[in-house]
Amino acid sequence: MKNITLLFLSFSLALGSFAQDDQGTDDGRQKKVASVILEDMDGNEVNTADLGFDGPIIISFWATWCSPCKRELNTIHELYTDWQADYGVNLVAVSIDDEKTKNSVPMYVNGKNWEYVVLMDPNGDFKRAMGVNNVPHTFLIDTDGNIVATHTTYSPGDEYELEDELKEMLGIE
Amino acid sequence: MKKIALCLAAAAMSLAGYSQNDGGSFTGNIESTFQYLNADTLIDALQPDSKGLLNTYMNVFYTNGKFKAGMRFESYLPRIQGYPNRFDGTGIGMRYIGYSDDFVDVTLGSFYEQFGSGMIFRAYEDRALGYDNMMDGGRIILRPIDGVTIKGVYGYQRLSFQGGRIVHADGIVRGFDGDLNLNSAIKSLSRNSLKVNVGGSFVSKFQEDDRDDLILPENVGTYGGRIGLRYKRFSMDGEYIIKEQDPSTDNEYIYNYGHAALMNFGYSQKGLGIILSAKSVDNMSFRSDRTKDLQDVFINYLPAMTKTHTYNLVASLYPYATQPVGEIAYQAEVLYTIKRGSKLGGKYGTSINANFSTAYLPNRNTDGINPLDSTGVTYVTNPFSMSDSLLWRDINVNIYRKFSKKFNLRLSYFNISLNNDVAKVTDDAKGLIVSHIGVAEAGIKINRKHSLRVELQGLFLNKDSYGNINDQGNWATVLVEYNVSPHWFFSVLDQYNYGNPVDDLKVHYLYGSFGYSKESTRIALGYGRQRAGLFCVGGVCRFVPASNGLTLSFTQSF
Repeated sequence: MKNITLLFLSFSLALGSFAQDDQGTDDGRQKKVASVILEDMDGNEVNTADLGFDGPIIISFWATWCSPCKRELNTIHELYTDWQADYGVNLVAVSIDDEKTKNSVPMYVNGKNWEYVVLMDPNGDFKRAMGVNNVPHTFLIDTDGNIVATHTTYSPGDEYELEDELKEMLGIE
Repeated sequence: MKKIALCLAAAAMSLAGYSQNDGGSFTGNIESTFQYLNADTLIDALQPDSKGLLNTYMNVFYTNGKFKAGMRFESYLPRIQGYPNRFDGTGIGMRYIGYSDDFVDVTLGSFYEQFGSGMIFRAYEDRALGYDNMMDGGRIILRPIDGVTIKGVYGYQRLSFQGGRIVHADGIVRGFDGDLNLNSAIKSLSRNSLKVNVGGSFVSKFQEDDRDDLILPENVGTYGGRIGLRYKRFSMDGEYIIKEQDPSTDNEYIYNYGHAALMNFGYSQKGLGIILSAKSVDNMSFRSDRTKDLQDVFINYLPAMTKTHTYNLVASLYPYATQPVGEIAYQAEVLYTIKRGSKLGGKYGTSINANFSTAYLPNRNTDGINPLDSTGVTYVTNPFSMSDSLLWRDINVNIYRKFSKKFNLRLSYFNISLNNDVAKVTDDAKGLIVSHIGVAEAGIKINRKHSLRVELQGLFLNKDSYGNINDQGNWATVLVEYNVSPHWFFSVLDQYNYGNPVDDLKVHYLYGSFGYSKESTRIALGYGRQRAGLFCVGGVCRFVPASNGLTLSFTQSF
């Protein structure tokens, strides 16, 4: 119990100093994308904090067994060419499929003609680091790597909300 | 323990010091589920003594430059239904500190990790299932040059969470893994169309020999290698693992070696994806305590070679999990999208998906072997040598078509056979359970924000060999879901067990729910009857008893 108290104390201290700092600077500090090394479908390593795009990024957590996730990504797929042209946005689809279904990911992605960057997170390391409870969970990242909007769950029509957020972020009417 | 806590405290303080300069960043999430349950004698649902049940956990992760620290508080007051029965209290269920840069990544405390496909080592959590076999100890990851990753792990696994504290398994686990991506490591190969990945692992556990009647190996080693090849549209992956003598409750204290082999082939091009997989497993249950069973302290993970189904009747009545004692399994799947604009494809395109998977018991040769001799070896088997004893077969096909901007339809058929004598899922059936399931799912978009989704499902069971109704007989399900983007959902689910052999048990399981989500917060409330069944995520399942009552859930990320 003593240990827990100690731990708790030290964390509250850390939190405390953080909070003070936050109030002190009030620079509108933004949350960044966590840095985790994942593989793409070809086995190349990618650092999630450095995805290498100039424009805004949508990070969408999904799985081959998650129907709403697939509905969301298939819907955006139909709009994606326009979005890329209009907003210069790239979508990174992070699959949390574990070894049981991971092999179906390239099959599904190609079978559906997706043009997204697809990353594999089979042990949920990136999911955990981003505080994702359940899929689908979508993040909108600005050109400086700050998370400006998040959304969990998907209902048809949510894609317009995401597009509105994109427009607002880019200052497009 | 005290030392670790002190270390953590010191590190957190130093981080606090750092944060005055930069602030670092905090992320995390919280999930809370409250249940209030009624007694319902018709479906054998009990009311817990406390009437109310509450599960909560919260993760907090802190990073500041190259430093990281994190912890998870867990709380079971008491645990919700179906959750592992030894979880209780409130306390810290996970905590770590670490440092990472481009070359080195060190973690002390709790961590999750996987080597290769996980058949040799996987420390994993699924909070929804209460599954958590995290490692508690130390981990180092080195990336000396591009394309080379070396990992070392050492620690005890989490077995349980009691009185608000982590309870470890008996045995200690240590291992290392090396991975080489040839195309990254060797510059001249970076543009080669053939992509090659190779890797190797060694994992060992130590557990004291506490038996007087047996001579148990205290150190048990496992080792293996893997290769991944990609050439244009083709891919091939393979891994082979050998386990040394590991007498345990699972294998009834035999001294055989074990093996696990996995092979995947893939082909994909625009609009078409194909996969073929094969797996052979024998005597591969590998736990950090030889006396444990169910989902406890698995060091490795043996993925079931089946599709993870999502429709309720398909996913939860007769699912299949790998038999760690042994199985030979195959899977094939095709996804094809007919071009949009073509006569067959229609204006928006049509997708066809077919999947086949099957598993058999391995062929075990006992000729000339005396199972009682001093070797303790009870049979001989070879990789991919299968018997004619069917464990599982699943043939399913679905077709999806978007007819207009307002209407889409998916039709599915599933034919699932499960050997309930070996891969047991119910007490009310013997032998092979064969089910035919049909599902029609329609999506209707009313306007930009409002949409409706309807599922009709029917499950039809074979009769047993005496002509009697098997298990609980036939089922029908209706689901209606109304969504208002981006915040609201309302749904009603009725599962009707109209084919139950007992008239009184021809019960409607009616469940209504609604939810509200905003940004990364979601609140949902449900009320009604839920039938007993297996609740599975990603191939790990837990049994959830029947219940009748209210469930309130809250999730939030920050």
